[in-house]
Amino acid sequence: MKLVAELGRRGIVFVSRLGAAVLFLLLAVRGSAMCLNRGKLILQQLYAIGVLTMSVIVVSGLFVGMVLALQGYYQLVNFSAESNLGLVVALFMVRELGPVLSALLFAGRAGSALTAEIGLMKATEQLAAMEMMAVDPMKRVIGPRFVAGIIAMPLLAAMLSAVAIIGGYLVAHGQFGLDAGVYWSSMKVGVDPVDDVLNGVIKSVVFGFIVIWITLYEGYDAVPTSEGVSRATTRTVVTSSLAILGSDYILTALMFGGF
Amino acid sequence: MDPPAVVPGLSSDPIAEARNLHFAFTDREVFRGLDLAIPRGRITVIMGPSGCGKSTFLGLLGGRLRARSGELRFGGEPLPVNNAGLYAMRRKMGMLFQNSALLTDLNVFENVAFPLREQTDLPEELIRILVLMMLEMVGLRGARDLMPSELSGGMSRRVSLARAIVLGPQLIMYDEPFVGLDPISMGVILQLIHKLNTAMGITSVVVTHDVTEGCSIADYVYLLDDGRVVGHGVPEEMMNSEDPGIRQFMDGLPDGPVGYHYPATDYLEDLGAARP
Repeated sequence: MKLVAELGRRGIVFVSRLGAAVLFLLLAVRGSAMCLNRGKLILQQLYAIGVLTMSVIVVSGLFVGMVLALQGYYQLVNFSAESNLGLVVALFMVRELGPVLSALLFAGRAGSALTAEIGLMKATEQLAAMEMMAVDPMKRVIGPRFVAGIIAMPLLAAMLSAVAIIGGYLVAHGQFGLDAGVYWSSMKVGVDPVDDVLNGVIKSVVFGFIVIWITLYEGYDAVPTSEGVSRATTRTVVTSSLAILGSDYILTALMFGGF
Repeated sequence: MDPPAVVPGLSSDPIAEARNLHFAFTDREVFRGLDLAIPRGRITVIMGPSGCGKSTFLGLLGGRLRARSGELRFGGEPLPVNNAGLYAMRRKMGMLFQNSALLTDLNVFENVAFPLREQTDLPEELIRILVLMMLEMVGLRGARDLMPSELSGGMSRRVSLARAIVLGPQLIMYDEPFVGLDPISMGVILQLIHKLNTAMGITSVVVTHDVTEGCSIADYVYLLDDGRVVGHGVPEEMMNSEDPGIRQFMDGLPDGPVGYHYPATDYLEDLGAARP
């Protein structure tokens, strides 16, 4: 009986939090629309969210591309198909790993920072102070971060894919002696701008939307104590990661014919 | 004890008043029929033991919390229920938070300029002059480029005060303005509260549990406990009151109507000593 009651309690908490998150999203979208004429605020957040995440993206992309090239080469060479290594790396990155990995890194680096920042603003009454100064935090704090997150995500995903492809080239050409022309031309022939590149961009926009929504909601909803902010930051990373991977399956199935 | 609708000898037109106000957080009832009036142009000090709802009252008056029942008025009008109305009302208010609540990513100058930039279309030169005037008044013009993390507690409160008054509010709410301050900083804050009231005619509501400091600047004092007003009057009346509840608080006595112990089961029973 206790188990049923506990399950019911958790169910109610989940549904009420989901409802609160949807309401928050509506207010955040409204706040975003109202802050679009404040370019300076959005640019500041683009720097904090996007530019400061670039180093993680570049380093990760380089290593991921190099590992993909290593693994790909060892498999392809068995079928004498190593000339397709560039295509394999590019497709993996543009279709899947670019959007997914950049979103996971974005959640870990920028998302956790944003949740902690907003949670601490709440704990130190900065948001309450804004309200008392008749300044809507949804417009001043949440809106610019929401817009910046959605803009930054596809750019970071594109950067990750580009750097990974370069990393793959370094291994393919430098370690295995694959001809540069073969590596690049296989990509030119095999990568479709709509089916592959555009779908990858759509994925990264969707992931950006999901991550920034979770991130900002968790910060805004955090219990205003040090423990509450810590828990909210953890929830941001865990929930965002699961949401990215789950929605990736759905998007991939929709885009590439699973349904 | 029911306070009068109009505070005697102070004002016939209170700037804010609460009538039979009830409020509860999810698991705890805070106000059970609160009645009080804030006289216009005066300093009203609301005192009471920790957890009696002093800061909650400021939350209700600022529209950040919503009462379950009862009436709360500001400027003769009931508090608005919609956001637009609330923001319009808050433009007539300023608030000094207990921990100053300065925006940590802005320096002192930008913190004070924040309400001006958000609420007005004033030219940059005028904003600069207004901000410097406010900072000069609180004695921190020279600290304009410092970040909040570089300020002491007293300096943070003064910057926060400069920010609260920069738009010229009718009412300023001070939430525990003396907590954690050294005697000099406390004296400076007391002087500023008094000066703002006498020089600019701003109505002040000060929430504190510091009896000496509160009474030294108050025109009128309310004492809250157990969800309602348990005493009120001018400071002299409060200091000389024979009411045991008022006496206990004013003299800081551990024993009296306000219990020292949080409600609990029998002590011996809890220890297991009552068992045979």
